[in-house]
Amino acid sequence: MSETSFPQKVDWSNTVATRRRGRRHAADRRLQIIGISAIALAVALLATLIVSLTLSGYRAFVQTMITVDFPISTENVSAEDPAAGNYRAVVRDALANLFPGVTDPGEQRALGQLLTNNTQFMVRDAVVRDPSVVGGALRLTIPAADPIDQLNKGVIDRHLPEDQRRVSNRQIEWYDELKAEGRISTPFNIGLFLNADSRFPEIAGLAGAIVGSFYALLVCLVISFPVGIAAAVYLEEFAPINRWTDLIEVNINNLAAVPSIVFGLLGLAVFLNAFGLPRSAPLVGGMVLALMTLPTIIIVTRAALKAVPPSIRQAALAVGASRHQAVIHHVLPLAMPGVLTGTIIGLARALGETAPLLLIGMNAFITSPPGGLLDASTALPTQIFIWADSPERGFVARTSAGILVLLGFLIVMNGLAVFLRQRFERKW
Amino acid sequence: MAGYAFLIIILATTAAYVVGRSTGTRIRATHGAKMHSLPGQHGAFVAAWVGVPALIFVLLWLVLQGTVIDRLLIASLPASMTDGANVQLLVSEIKNVTAGRIFQEPSPEIVAAAERLAHWEAIARWAMIVVVLALTVVALVVTRGMLSVRFRARNNFERILTGLMVFCSVVAIITTIGIVASLLFEASRFFGKVPVAEFLFGLNWEPQIPLREDQIAGLGAFGAIPVFTGTLLIATVAMLVATPIGLLTAIYLVEYADDRVRAAVKPILEVLAGIPTVVYGFFAVLTVAPVMRQFGGALGVDVSPNSALAAGVVMGVMVIPFISSLSDDALNAVPGALRDGSLALGATRSETMIKVLLPAALPGIMGGVLLGVSRAIGETMIVVMAAGLIATLTANPLDAVTTVTVQIVTLLVGDTEFDSPKTLAAFALGLVLFFATLTLNVLALGIVRKYREKYD
Repeated sequence: MSETSFPQKVDWSNTVATRRRGRRHAADRRLQIIGISAIALAVALLATLIVSLTLSGYRAFVQTMITVDFPISTENVSAEDPAAGNYRAVVRDALANLFPGVTDPGEQRALGQLLTNNTQFMVRDAVVRDPSVVGGALRLTIPAADPIDQLNKGVIDRHLPEDQRRVSNRQIEWYDELKAEGRISTPFNIGLFLNADSRFPEIAGLAGAIVGSFYALLVCLVISFPVGIAAAVYLEEFAPINRWTDLIEVNINNLAAVPSIVFGLLGLAVFLNAFGLPRSAPLVGGMVLALMTLPTIIIVTRAALKAVPPSIRQAALAVGASRHQAVIHHVLPLAMPGVLTGTIIGLARALGETAPLLLIGMNAFITSPPGGLLDASTALPTQIFIWADSPERGFVARTSAGILVLLGFLIVMNGLAVFLRQRFERKW
Repeated sequence: MAGYAFLIIILATTAAYVVGRSTGTRIRATHGAKMHSLPGQHGAFVAAWVGVPALIFVLLWLVLQGTVIDRLLIASLPASMTDGANVQLLVSEIKNVTAGRIFQEPSPEIVAAAERLAHWEAIARWAMIVVVLALTVVALVVTRGMLSVRFRARNNFERILTGLMVFCSVVAIITTIGIVASLLFEASRFFGKVPVAEFLFGLNWEPQIPLREDQIAGLGAFGAIPVFTGTLLIATVAMLVATPIGLLTAIYLVEYADDRVRAAVKPILEVLAGIPTVVYGFFAVLTVAPVMRQFGGALGVDVSPNSALAAGVVMGVMVIPFISSLSDDALNAVPGALRDGSLALGATRSETMIKVLLPAALPGIMGGVLLGVSRAIGETMIVVMAAGLIATLTANPLDAVTTVTVQIVTLLVGDTEFDSPKTLAAFALGLVLFFATLTLNVLALGIVRKYREKYD
């Protein structure tokens, strides 16, 4: 028999114990404060990112426009063939009418630089649309050139010495005159969504990139959605458990973590070089993105199938359905909300993916939206990358605006996924 | 033309379903309940046999057509033209002439070859349509003839379905094989020109070799050590940012936060995870790098405009959500009994966390950190936009360094010849990248799995 000894009653309220307890609680609070500051730091970083992008990008959503009356004289433009007119002269005459005092050729050139470089083509297109103006005058609202746009938006400081800014003193005077005449306006920049890419920031837009991204995502969806669901259904519902299916499973998990650029290398080596598909095509981009999205869709579909209780399958089998019927008629429809949610999230990731698209050439300079799956085009993220690399000042704002548009699409897609999850998901 | 082929397949499959179903309905009307399968199953059986072979045929045709026509074209050229000359250039010239893009007056042989090519391509287009039509009609007639009252349409259709599903699940394997094969193939061509030892252990990376004879460029050195160290430097900076923030966030969320805070913070972390990397890259260029440069200037330190620090810090922000969510999972997976026991003994929450939960969750957290490292190494856009292009062997995060992914992109973007070591080097780098991230992932998943088994 061992002797049981009881410890003496301890006085926990003495000063040593109190101080020790104080130290331990202080350590507890310290950890809590460190944790809060870590979260605050992460939130602050996110806020900085969004604020800095918004601050640099919001200006690109409006565009400085100059209203100009173009005299369409019959000596420059013939009514029979309005497309072949001398529109360079038309623009020159219009500017001469606005500022009759400017006669020096160098100054006239500087005056022409107030308007975007493509002004003559815009006037031509307007005349071709409505040939009845030949012989009369045409009032058009033309985008201002990038430096004037920046000046109007306050990005260029007019108080700087002349050699440190991209607009001359003369140009500022002309700008002020135009402003006084009420010819300067800054409406919503609809061109950002309707124009394709351009070398000139004032008329560069996202239309080509949005259409290209849409085509690529369409291809991605058409391939990865059926293939992903079929693979997941097989692995979850039909596959025998053996080394072979184990290999497939490990393989899918690893594929989900392969860097995206490696998929770009695959697309370059196989789709472009071996199969001979065209460079920069949304079809190839979509195929590469589909291979990338496939593991994600398989994994979420399997999770959704797993969440359907076995009693559903057993009930179907018990009334005489085959295994295929049980899955197709009962399990898959019940798992569909989860599958759709996962698919949308996978597509959202594919929409933001840039690196593989760079390798298959979707960062080309293309000035018209693609007409089909095989036309060269860009995608939203690669367009952002191209603009980010462009030196013109106006492209900084365009890049940020492009990013805001991309984030807008992502928010809509993820919002849809959240809505689907909350609206249709069932808890068993 | 391929569009028409797919349209034909879709229409034919729909028609086949309707035909099979109506045949089934007629059989049922005469024989009633003796019938083995439902009319719809007869329709599905016929549709599957009409659609699937035709689809496989068209896809195979599209893949092979280019290669076959190229072979035919090269074989049809007179030996005097293919001798010694660059056959690939010749073929692309002929194709340009066929497409109407004529830069200089082509020789009569080339014009003749171009006409042949145009002729063959027209034949190939129509042949595909004809064969697809024939295939669908034959399949429709044959399978419809098989339908009868005792025909096991359901079992047959389900067998086809299973076959399709097996194929779909093998696509993942095919993708992996495709990645490994293409990387190995191109990398082996590279190692035929540059020795493996020089690539793996050389200290000098200057891949800008002359493409033309008279071009002024470097001599071409392919020692990848500076590229690897650059990658590791940026990844280290990233992990030094991401690990503490991510882990502390997870600790706070698991141990201290109430449900309301959790509901607010988790979506924010998800947003961080969902931001495309090109956005982070632009953020690094637009905001972070200039701030660091000014800060460095104020301290009297020279910070490079595309310093490893700026790229690494932004990459760290990108990795935070991975670390925090995986650490969160690991900490939550620790059995409640351990935490309750510790608290019952009078430990404070921080003592419970540091002395009980963290050690128990360490393998899971390690797995998360390894996955984060793998992300950081494979991340492309942030470094392409914010890191440098020139490979310097340095451990100073204020200098500009380059990474594996940056080099892959710069070597392959733009028009490049596919035989030069310059472009092939990108595939060798890709091979290293693939196996490095694969090893990290396998290791991480292994650790996480082993740890889970211990408590479940």
